[in-house]
Amino acid sequence: MLTKKQICDFEYLAVKIRADAVMMTNLQHSGHVGSSLSMADLLVVLFEKVLNVAPKNPKGPNRDRFILSKGHAAAGLYSIMAEKGFFPKDWLETYYCDNGKLCGHISHHVPGVEFSTGSLGHGLPVTVGMALDGKRKGKKHRVFCLMSDGDCNEGSTWEAIMLAAQHKLDNLVAIVDYNKVQALGFSKDVINLEPFAEKMNLFGWAVKEIDGHNFEQILDSLSIIPFVKGKPSFLIAHTVKGKGISCMENTVASHYKCVADDKLEDAYKELGV
Amino acid sequence: MTTRMREVYSDTLIRLAEKDRNIVVLEADLMAAHATKSFMEKFPERTFNVGVAEANMVGIACGLSARGKIPFAGSFAPFVTRRAYDQFFVSANYAKLNVKLMGSDPGITAAYNGGTHMPFEDVGIMRNVPGLIIYEPADGVSLQKLLTESAYRKGNVYLRLHRGNAPGIYNQNDEIKLGKANVLKDGNDVTLIASGVVMVNEALKASEMLQKEGVSAAVIDMHTIKPLDEEIVLKYAAKTSRIVTCENHQVMNGLGSAVAEVLSEKQPILMKRIGVNDEFGEVGDIEYLKERFGLTAKRICESARSLLVTA
Ligand SMILES: [Mg+2]
Repeated sequence: MLTKKQICDFEYLAVKIRADAVMMTNLQHSGHVGSSLSMADLLVVLFEKVLNVAPKNPKGPNRDRFILSKGHAAAGLYSIMAEKGFFPKDWLETYYCDNGKLCGHISHHVPGVEFSTGSLGHGLPVTVGMALDGKRKGKKHRVFCLMSDGDCNEGSTWEAIMLAAQHKLDNLVAIVDYNKVQALGFSKDVINLEPFAEKMNLFGWAVKEIDGHNFEQILDSLSIIPFVKGKPSFLIAHTVKGKGISCMENTVASHYKCVADDKLEDAYKELGV
Repeated sequence: MTTRMREVYSDTLIRLAEKDRNIVVLEADLMAAHATKSFMEKFPERTFNVGVAEANMVGIACGLSARGKIPFAGSFAPFVTRRAYDQFFVSANYAKLNVKLMGSDPGITAAYNGGTHMPFEDVGIMRNVPGLIIYEPADGVSLQKLLTESAYRKGNVYLRLHRGNAPGIYNQNDEIKLGKANVLKDGNDVTLIASGVVMVNEALKASEMLQKEGVSAAVIDMHTIKPLDEEIVLKYAAKTSRIVTCENHQVMNGLGSAVAEVLSEKQPILMKRIGVNDEFGEVGDIEYLKERFGLTAKRICESARSLLVTA
């Protein structure tokens, strides 16, 4: 159970991530703001309560491995990483800028970033490799992969899904920021993932389905890992693309478009900055 | 006149499709980037958005080609080359099919998308595919003409597409053919051989700058990188004895290498290669990235001058 104070703190952090993502993607009028907004609440719980990572020692051998496979949502992750102290906060203002510290897709050049992504379908295979290694070496750390629905279009993702079950990788957790929008349209119109949970069960994963904007549910679902001993864990987090800014919510445009200059003030106000 | 290259791509395919019902378009969820939404609206039954699955897209294109369709399949260049290489190599090329692959955002034009999306290697890896045609048009007119020719030339093709705006270079009645380079400006002292929107324009600029110093620099648009127009390379090697190649790509395995291969075996002369030197891409605006990687008229001039001194 979360206390009122904790929920308040989480909300504050989530607003911070969303506001940073709006600011960062507006810098060069380019980026993927909607993808950052939908996963903000997941990031808060992961970094505040779940992941065993240390900003002062980002390469510690026993850390949990966390890979953002939806690398285009870099702004959101960079925001919380700066907040946690992995790198200076003023780097956020160099996002997408000439000779900037932070480029459009998540990059391992940034302290604390586990792996570069951006080409979809790469995250899960890499985390499967890390989880396999962890298992073989008898390590205690867990491996997390935060994915998108677009990610689940890629064949390589499904290859990794099958292999993870085959090897009973119960040190692996895949989380889908299931906002149901991808690059060109609504996922149901491009490649329908439904019945998603049932499918993943049949593929041999232990599956949970939650509201990805509800802190209690996120924390509950991730408080015991693995979900089932001997199986990789799959968390389907139902989210809203562009969450928190009404002109962005559940729109395909929010995948590419930033909040325009003349809408910035309204957006910040709506977020409650 | 400046043209929006992505629109030329889509409009040309629409025109082709109006005449030939075998023309089909495949995309991996990037139709907005390639303006092929207009194709989809006109020919929904001949458009396939396969989702974010490039390897699968190339496989499907091969299946369509095997059934007699002429598939134009596109995505960002790194994804259709690096990621779908095995499918394209084996299913399309070893099988001798007729797949028209398109990779957009060549080199630094990937700009803000940064290193993961910035292909300096696509031409290099694609040159290894036996018999493949590789071309990179420098403006809208040449794109429209070469794209049209590629549709009716049986065999696999890789189009390296600059999808942003491009200044006009050619007139509608200019002859532009795959495998046949175009001399944009004649010259006697040095020859600049370039490909693509960014570097052909930088080469033209360099030629003007050199002219002011009394150096006569020829400019050749080598829009087809494979098969290379060897005849024109040898002709200008004899004529100017110095060549500078200019590419928005690694200097390894791309245009510069292709020209060097011809020269070193058939007519060794001094040459320099302008391009990216064994580095990954970075984030930034195109103008910034030009400077960052030395893809500028200024650098071309420096190379030309150094050849004139040593010769
Ligand atoms: Mg999505």
